[in-house]
Amino acid sequence: MALRDTHVTLAHGGGGRAMRDLIEEVFTGVFHPPGSEDQARLMDEALRQPGARLAFTTDSFVVTPLEFPGGDIGKLAVCGTVNDLAVGGARPLWLSAAFIIEEGCEIALLRRIVATMAAEAARAGVRIVTGDTKVVDRGKADGIFITTAGIGVIPPGVDIGAARIRPGDAVIVNGVLGDHGAAILAARGDLALSSDLDSDCASLGHLMQAALAAAPGITAARDCTRGGLASALNEMAAEASIAVELDETRLPLRPEVVGVCEILGLDPLYLANEGRLVLFCPPEQAATALAALRSLPEGVGAVQIGQALSGPPGRVSLRTAFGGARIVDMLVGEQLPRIC
Amino acid sequence: MKFASEFRDPVAARALLSAIARKVDEIGATRARPVHIMEICGGHTHSIFRYGLDKLIHEGIEFIHGPGCPVCVLPMARVDECVEIAERPGVIFTTFGDAMRVPGHRKSLLQAKSTGADIRMVYSPLDALELARRNPGREVVFFGLGFETTTPSTALSIQQAAREGLTNFSVFCNHITVPEPIKALLDDPDMCLDGFIGPGHVSMVIGIHPYDFIARDYGKPIVVAGFEPTDLLQSVLMVVTQIAEGRAAIENQYARVVPEHGNPVSLAAIADVYERRASFEWRGLGEIDASGLRIRSRYAAFDAEEKFGIGYAAGSRNVPEVEGCACGAVMTGKLKPTGCPQFGKGCTPDLPLGALMVSSEGACAAYWQYAGARVAAE
Amino acid sequence: MCLGIPGRITAITDAARLMAMAEVSGVRREVNVACVAGADLDALVGQWVLIHVGFAMSLIDEDEAAKTLDALRDLGEAQETLEQMARSDEALAVEVGA
Repeated sequence: MALRDTHVTLAHGGGGRAMRDLIEEVFTGVFHPPGSEDQARLMDEALRQPGARLAFTTDSFVVTPLEFPGGDIGKLAVCGTVNDLAVGGARPLWLSAAFIIEEGCEIALLRRIVATMAAEAARAGVRIVTGDTKVVDRGKADGIFITTAGIGVIPPGVDIGAARIRPGDAVIVNGVLGDHGAAILAARGDLALSSDLDSDCASLGHLMQAALAAAPGITAARDCTRGGLASALNEMAAEASIAVELDETRLPLRPEVVGVCEILGLDPLYLANEGRLVLFCPPEQAATALAALRSLPEGVGAVQIGQALSGPPGRVSLRTAFGGARIVDMLVGEQLPRIC
Repeated sequence: MKFASEFRDPVAARALLSAIARKVDEIGATRARPVHIMEICGGHTHSIFRYGLDKLIHEGIEFIHGPGCPVCVLPMARVDECVEIAERPGVIFTTFGDAMRVPGHRKSLLQAKSTGADIRMVYSPLDALELARRNPGREVVFFGLGFETTTPSTALSIQQAAREGLTNFSVFCNHITVPEPIKALLDDPDMCLDGFIGPGHVSMVIGIHPYDFIARDYGKPIVVAGFEPTDLLQSVLMVVTQIAEGRAAIENQYARVVPEHGNPVSLAAIADVYERRASFEWRGLGEIDASGLRIRSRYAAFDAEEKFGIGYAAGSRNVPEVEGCACGAVMTGKLKPTGCPQFGKGCTPDLPLGALMVSSEGACAAYWQYAGARVAAE
Repeated sequence: MCLGIPGRITAITDAARLMAMAEVSGVRREVNVACVAGADLDALVGQWVLIHVGFAMSLIDEDEAAKTLDALRDLGEAQETLEQMARSDEALAVEVGA
């Protein structure tokens, strides 16, 4: 153990021995990237299949607090990128992880975050094959920022995307909505709320593969992260030039999420999720898709919440419990707590 | 959720809608000649759109969305003053989230935050008080905003601060009252309202009798209402029943929360801490006599206007509102949001011109958010 | 205006400052109970209150809530009777027509 410091100092980003010790003990010692070169050299049997395509994505992660009920920034960084690949029909294979660390960050915290990343990567069946660290002056970052990029392989024959959505498609989510957003709001502490809510943060690669195997007619899927289900559906409806109608009575919401929303005047449809996807599939395959989703732990709460309509293009609406309807539009900015 | 979900029952809602339809037919109101009911409170406007009640109710009922959104009626000059205080060195400016995006002439609080002011969103004035305790070297200012419902919370917070001897806590008081603007609306010769849905949470504090004048002096029915969909529908039914029977009275649909005479502790706290200003400026409505509150001189140490020499303490600066903005006409029911030439054109939630488009309780924002393209297409 | 939500008082947390824990649908938040406190603060525990910006503003009157719901139920039943009458009128009309 060459690394004796308890907190990250600028020396750990200086390119010298301190940096090497930090990288070896905290990162590579846990991630075990293949080889020792600065680039990862990758091969997978899936790539040899004629018609297979690469999928490539990247995402940055910032969250306060860094550790929250149900996860931490590391778990988010793995799940987020895995899910971006998964919802496009790809089997996620490799990740990169780049860390921007604020001077003064506790090394024990860094170790915990790296450990959850490794565990989540193992669960998701991906390898963290390359990475980077930078240390910045205190106040120039908020603890830790992580950027992950991911590569996956889309098997031949799989071709999903918003443009394929057809009127009549069933709209399905894999479980209760808004847990992550509500859990973070409560965990942040400045609103002095407490609850037993956990973030829904989860990798959805296996789930998406299972759904596609059972219901190959699935036309499109998205993960409902920032901006929640409402924003994901608005994007998809616009790209597909279809309308989406949701049934309010079918929306799965935990009472605690409803509670947080009532207290702060928020709409759960716009709360962030980190382990929820919305998918479209032809109505005749909805039952098999639901059964496949429900067979895995990340999908036990799967339910059909609405359907695609022919138009007006881009419109997402919600049929209320008493037959009224309202538009579910994109938000202008972030949802702010309100008193009136 | 107890005391909420029971009042969202679709079966009851359908029965209420049918009963309303029968009464409206009895009166003979139609789409061309509707009964105009003003829901005073922005919370009611929000519920109407959230549950799609405007489209479910008989077309002989037309909702006019009243001035009961404290963010919407806040004059731009006051936002400017907030920014000015927030940008003072050493200040932690605390506010409800509602006010963050309201445009001032120079910038909104959200923009001021981005340029370095220490502005924090809080859920309660108690949280601002806690910030003051934890940051004795900083001046913590709370943006006191809202009607009678919210006024007790800042009054009690000021009393608590006084008890604790906190010297770094103050309130920028913009509290306003409901009955005065309603009177101003009723005195407007162009007024065409047939009845009112009264703000239930205001009455929880002040009781129902401050509205007696609406029925007694102006002959208009008013029903103090709860915020769940069946509360609203039941209140509409009560208003149209009064109209059908040729009565005008104040009635309380929300008796589970609203005591006839309000809440004595709240009223005492308000009376102890606040006094009426001679008049206060409402965005879109202009100056209204005795419609605003200020902190009494015995609590001057907690009055941000005194402490920073800003605002009404320094004399109103009377900065003009944005040109082309018809928020005033919309707020008085003379114009539907969609009737405003700027709606959806020069004024959208992305780039709001008037306050009614900023606050999610503003009639225009509610129209846009919940009806959006549907309204624009009409 | 004035978002208010029902919550239940679960404990008194600071008697001197009149603070109590309230629970709304499984979410907890400390609230000030000055406006609803009687002589016996502990009597508040278990009571339902209307909460606004961190203050319990009013005790919820369960009898009044029940009365409102009863009225809604009666209206629902009356509505059903009306609809049944309308249906049997239609049925009769059809029979007569036949």
